[in-house]
Amino acid sequence: MIRFDKVTKRFPDGTEALKDVTLDLPARQLTAIIGPSGCGKTTLMKMVNKLENPTAGAIYIDDEPITGMDEVKLRRSIGYVIQRIGLFPHMTIADNVSLVPKLLNWPADKTDERSKELLQLVGLDPAVFMDRYPLELSGGQQQRVGVVRALAGDPNIVLMDEPFSALDPISREQLQDELRHLQQEIHKTIIFVTHDMDEALKIADTIVVMKDGQVEQIGTPQQLIDEPANEFVRNFIGTERINQKRSFGDRRLKEFVFLFDKDWAGEAEEVEAKLSVSDAHQLLEQSGKPRLAIIDEGTLVGFAGERELLRAALYDEKEATA
Amino acid sequence: MNAFFDTLVSRQDMIQDAFIEHIYLSFVAVAIGIAIALPTGVMIARYRRFAEPIIGVTAVFQTIPSLALFGFLVPILGIGSPTALIALIIYALLPILRNTYAGIVGVDGSTIEAGRGMGMTRTQILRQIELPLALPFIMAGIRTATVLTVGIATLATFVGAGGLGDIIYRGLQSYNNSLVLAGALPVALLAIGFDLILKWIEKRATPKGLKT
Repeated sequence: MIRFDKVTKRFPDGTEALKDVTLDLPARQLTAIIGPSGCGKTTLMKMVNKLENPTAGAIYIDDEPITGMDEVKLRRSIGYVIQRIGLFPHMTIADNVSLVPKLLNWPADKTDERSKELLQLVGLDPAVFMDRYPLELSGGQQQRVGVVRALAGDPNIVLMDEPFSALDPISREQLQDELRHLQQEIHKTIIFVTHDMDEALKIADTIVVMKDGQVEQIGTPQQLIDEPANEFVRNFIGTERINQKRSFGDRRLKEFVFLFDKDWAGEAEEVEAKLSVSDAHQLLEQSGKPRLAIIDEGTLVGFAGERELLRAALYDEKEATA
Repeated sequence: MNAFFDTLVSRQDMIQDAFIEHIYLSFVAVAIGIAIALPTGVMIARYRRFAEPIIGVTAVFQTIPSLALFGFLVPILGIGSPTALIALIIYALLPILRNTYAGIVGVDGSTIEAGRGMGMTRTQILRQIELPLALPFIMAGIRTATVLTVGIATLATFVGAGGLGDIIYRGLQSYNNSLVLAGALPVALLAIGFDLILKWIEKRATPKGLKT
């Protein structure tokens, strides 16, 4: 868990980027920090790996204050994906990915194995990509490598600073989907800075909404939509979006099987695939279980939680407007 | 034309010695110039407030006409090759210094921040990121400095440091055009030769990933 305790940041020119922020970010979840530009979201994130230091207040990782920690050591234990790709253009993909393991003095075979495994995980064939240079890859491929590079040292925490903002809409959606799937496997504490509410609603477990250096609201995507804390949050999410996401679609579950998870180890409520998305949502809430197991004519076709249903509803709306 | 070849043959020893002297002067001057300007360039890229004044000083040296600079140095250092070397080093400084500085400063800030964020130390960032990415610029600076030095080294003769300038000067004094040519042609060839070799090295020095 990452805790910000009364953190204030004042820059030399007098601007206050953060004003007395107290905040707990849950471990092993993806937390999106969102807000208009200049709200202090990037500054907040950069304090976790000491790229910025607080003027007042303290930051704790697992109850240990980071003030006294060696910044180089700390950074090597935290993954970092930056806004504009930031791969080193003169290094091959293999060299880029293995950078942190090398800094950590991992043995060569372990580094190599880890790099290959991670590239495979994001759908880049190591045999094809290891020896290529970043500029030979598409934007989407480059940022996949960026994500892989951040994970290479097996950090518990990963910081992502608007990682997908420079990508075209199609690659962006793909990478968002991939990140979500990846997170289901790796369960890292991810802090994801974005200014895109759709992105935050889609990928985050928890969303922190910021404005003028202060936290306006922290909650799950559903909480934000159901109970925006104030006018600013309501406007930032957008009234339209709230209404759209509240009214789950009338279309049937079986149309969205591709959105659902194939595996789920926990409890699940069985439902028929011919149910509408909104009925399914109601059932899910009533059952109190985390997931629905969707059965189509006797065979299990997938698992859906609140988020998958939300996405189905969102998908519905997108198609209608297309 | 025949007169020229006769001169080449009859003065072969003298021309050869002058040629070697010339290469020696240029080489040592550029080598020492690199040894001074490269670290200085790296340093002023890190402490940027020193960049303007230091580059400014070398730029002023550069504007002093070369013959005048030799003239200034003789009363202080006397004649001989040390005087010539110092003058040549001063000329070699600016191109190397400026290109090293520009090359390092030109490395994308987000690339460096990525390195910092991943836990690289300043030295690691310099050696693994900044210098490799700045290398093509640095090599271009060294190339400019070398060609410049080969040219200016012809003036070393005026402070008694020898070089191909000796041959040219002797030819001018005795109205011997063939002798002038026998000195001038090797200088030109030397400059062009160095330029080509260094251009090739410069190309090779460009990090692979940047050649697209």
